[in-house]
Amino acid sequence: MKTPVIVGAAECDLGVTNKSILELQAQAVSRALADAGLKISDVDGIATNAISRFSASSLADYLGIEPKFTDSTFAGGSSFEMYVARAYHAVASGQCNVVVISFASNQRSAKSRSLGGVVEHHTPEAQFETAYGPLFPLSYYAMAAQRYIHDFPNGRAALSEIAISAREWALLNPKAYRYGTASLTVAELESADMMSSPLQASDCCLVTDGGGAIIITNSEIAKGLKSKPVSILGFGESTTNTSMTTHRDLRVTGAKQSGDIAFAMAGVSRSDIDVVELYDSFTITTLLSLEGLGFAGKGEGAEFVLDGKTRPGGTFPLNTNGGGLSYCHPGQYGILLLIEAVRQLRGECGDRQVANAKLAVAHGTGGILSTNATVILGAN
Amino acid sequence: MFPYLPHEDAISAPFWAATRERKLVIQYCSTCDQHQWYPRAICISCATENLTWREVSGQGTVDSWTTVHRAPTEGFVPPYVIARVLLSEKVIMLTRLVGIESPACDQVVELSWQELSDGRALPVFG
Repeated sequence: MKTPVIVGAAECDLGVTNKSILELQAQAVSRALADAGLKISDVDGIATNAISRFSASSLADYLGIEPKFTDSTFAGGSSFEMYVARAYHAVASGQCNVVVISFASNQRSAKSRSLGGVVEHHTPEAQFETAYGPLFPLSYYAMAAQRYIHDFPNGRAALSEIAISAREWALLNPKAYRYGTASLTVAELESADMMSSPLQASDCCLVTDGGGAIIITNSEIAKGLKSKPVSILGFGESTTNTSMTTHRDLRVTGAKQSGDIAFAMAGVSRSDIDVVELYDSFTITTLLSLEGLGFAGKGEGAEFVLDGKTRPGGTFPLNTNGGGLSYCHPGQYGILLLIEAVRQLRGECGDRQVANAKLAVAHGTGGILSTNATVILGAN
Repeated sequence: MFPYLPHEDAISAPFWAATRERKLVIQYCSTCDQHQWYPRAICISCATENLTWREVSGQGTVDSWTTVHRAPTEGFVPPYVIARVLLSEKVIMLTRLVGIESPACDQVVELSWQELSDGRALPVFG
């Protein structure tokens, strides 16, 4: 069995690009290959989605390659953490040697995002939920937050702290959408538009263009490359629901299962982790993931974050690029979690670099807390 | 108020037909002695097709709720309250809360109806 490693990582243009999805995808792939020191002709595996109905075929054709392995698992923002697992197996078994995992969206330029989400009339959700008029996915996360705050009264303050912390990190990241702005103030948070109570605009991720790519190959090929390889130590996933009604406890997500599996595979403990990148589609997503992954006990996530430990300089560096809340959120943010984790482990993060980062967690969620996937990475 | 008319199919038709008489019916598996929501072709506990329909009590509690302040699509008029209601039959439905000034988790609620433009009706709670 060969040992898969990550050898390249790069973003495409972010923010408001006025570029097509495939142009942004090609940028991401080109830049990640340059970062790795590989050629496009070396690529024999592709994992991507959200280009078209046949996303992997589209990208392969656009790049002019005929891959031996493709995957287009479509699980929302956690898809890219799932692709790491799929690519790991493909490279380990020798099915292919160089997999590109990529994503890009032009949703802000194209104004393609709707507050009601995409309704597919034949599905049970369309038959039994759409008519009531929830914002999708926002209202589901709002109900999770409402229940959390009902049971744990410092929950509201914790959600605000998560937004404040993300902004502080973004102020250190020149590529962040909110770079060059200012710290979030209590007055700003209190006056932010209510979207779906208790979630306000300040609890919601950005809507931007963007994306990126990472490259996975085997350790033999990696030896000949200029880049510092990053080890894939563990991964796990969980798929829990697509209806707003089937998951019984809104406070408990699939992060528990995905995290437990990933940590067991990696053979490391929570306290060993140096840097944590958690999908922050909404502030409540981060809070529930911290608890699900076992960094905080059930109902203890609020107290965990309220002392400011997740901010720059704190003892628990969290969402160090500024997150989906303040850096970039192109619809499926999962690829950017991986890119930031890789860069932190390579020590490339400048002002926001976490000193001596050796172990990182990237954790994606997708849909309405529907899918969770955890990846644990290590520096070499 | 309710601009979206849900599609129905062979599995869900009995549910929608009952709403015309303002009856809330839910699938029930006699093998497993449990209800399930939403309607499916099989029981999610035993995977058999031995499902019947039962009219339910209409009593429930609010699992969680949210006041929606933006319209998801044209035709919806916010603000309104969306909720997950846990029925006494131990299934959770997505619904709206009507006539409740200050909703709260765990609040006891009961069934009422909002008519759709085609004569069917949506179960709501208040």
